Amino acid sequence: MEASLFEAPTDVAGAVALLAGEEGARVLSGGTDLLVQMRLGAGAPRMFVDVKRIPRLAALRIDSTGLVVGAAVPAVEIYGNEQIRSLWPGIAEATDLIGSSQIQGRATWAGNLCNASPAADSVPALVACGAVAVIAGPKGEREVPVGSFTKGPGKTVLERGELVVEFKVPAPPPHAADAYLRLIPRSEMDIAVVGAGVWLELDGKGVVKAARVALGAVAPTVLTVDAAAAALVGSKLEDAALEAAAAAASAAATPIDDKRGTIAYRKKIAGVLTKRAAKIAYERAQAR
Amino acid sequence: MAKIRVETTINGEDVEFLCEGQQSLLQVLRGDLGLTGTKEGCTTGDCGACSVILDDKLVPSCLVLAAETAGRTIKTIEGVAHGQTLTPLQQQFLEHGALQCGICTPGFIVAAEKLLERNPDPTEAEARYYLAGNLCRCTGYDKIIRAVLDAAAVMREQRA
Repeated sequence: MEASLFEAPTDVAGAVALLAGEEGARVLSGGTDLLVQMRLGAGAPRMFVDVKRIPRLAALRIDSTGLVVGAAVPAVEIYGNEQIRSLWPGIAEATDLIGSSQIQGRATWAGNLCNASPAADSVPALVACGAVAVIAGPKGEREVPVGSFTKGPGKTVLERGELVVEFKVPAPPPHAADAYLRLIPRSEMDIAVVGAGVWLELDGKGVVKAARVALGAVAPTVLTVDAAAAALVGSKLEDAALEAAAAAASAAATPIDDKRGTIAYRKKIAGVLTKRAAKIAYERAQAR
Repeated sequence: MAKIRVETTINGEDVEFLCEGQQSLLQVLRGDLGLTGTKEGCTTGDCGACSVILDDKLVPSCLVLAAETAGRTIKTIEGVAHGQTLTPLQQQFLEHGALQCGICTPGFIVAAEKLLERNPDPTEAEARYYLAGNLCRCTGYDKIIRAVLDAAAVMREQRA
């Protein structure tokens, strides 16, 4: 086997030039998917482009407009951040569910998104919060909502020479909050049967003013379920509204049968987790 | 093709080695550098046997490329004890007999040291969750978890 090239650019332009110039170049941040696929037989790429030495990709900042997380920031730095836990608890929960403590020292949101698994835990939580991925490439930068980033299992909107630079998550308005729940067959270290992210904004009287519902592992890509969100808007999460949201989530789900769950089970659970996550988000929003 | 020259710090010492782009940190630690305390298990980040500390973060060294570590700081199991003096955690592993074949032990020690640094008074559930990425096929985990919790108690007493 021929040895792989290894480059560690220190700015975004350098990374784009390497990725555009060498077709066999692959972005390396945490390596928890790329190196695993390599070991499982995909072969080593022609070139690794380690992006962790690019300051913008390693940065995390929070201001009045929201959160900006660089594409190379590992999970432990995200869910370990007290401000993130407090302002976006659902995002923190989802990020804390990814892999083991060891994996969390490496794994990134960008990797979770670009790996384009339908079961990625951070993705529904980010979609629920309205997160946007900033992409850099030979033609400059563009922003793509996280909910439109994946095109199918293993497929994304990224073109030759492009990489994710950072994520932008808007600051929650007053009385707004998120939650994420995941079901797995065991208590830790498994892949989602269903994941549900819910974001709610309430008015001063506790009525849901705006909502977003995103489901993972029940379709080829993460699903944004507008009908479930619409069922919650205008309610105080009375039983009828919750049941309608659950029914909409179950109806939207088009899962596969596999060893972790049947189609019928996943559709049912999509509704159950939507309800439960909505209740948690509602309590959090009320407390704000 | 020319190999990549890497200068890094391992267990407080400046180290220099040559590697190929696709070689893992684990391969270089165990092969070229002879630091065989770090064990190879699955090589896909699932078992925790190859755990090391890289720039203060717990990571699986099988999923780190050796070339990435230029200028970084690495701590392996060989850097845990203070000379001939075992840490309270290592001592508790011995006293509890928290190992049988021993392959998982370095990874458990490295990971549990990080757990106790982050959380000096973990509950049993917290310890079990934090160490869920370290697999042991001999002990059934109970002795390991008891050793970790007792080490936490000893360390709290030492600090008090």
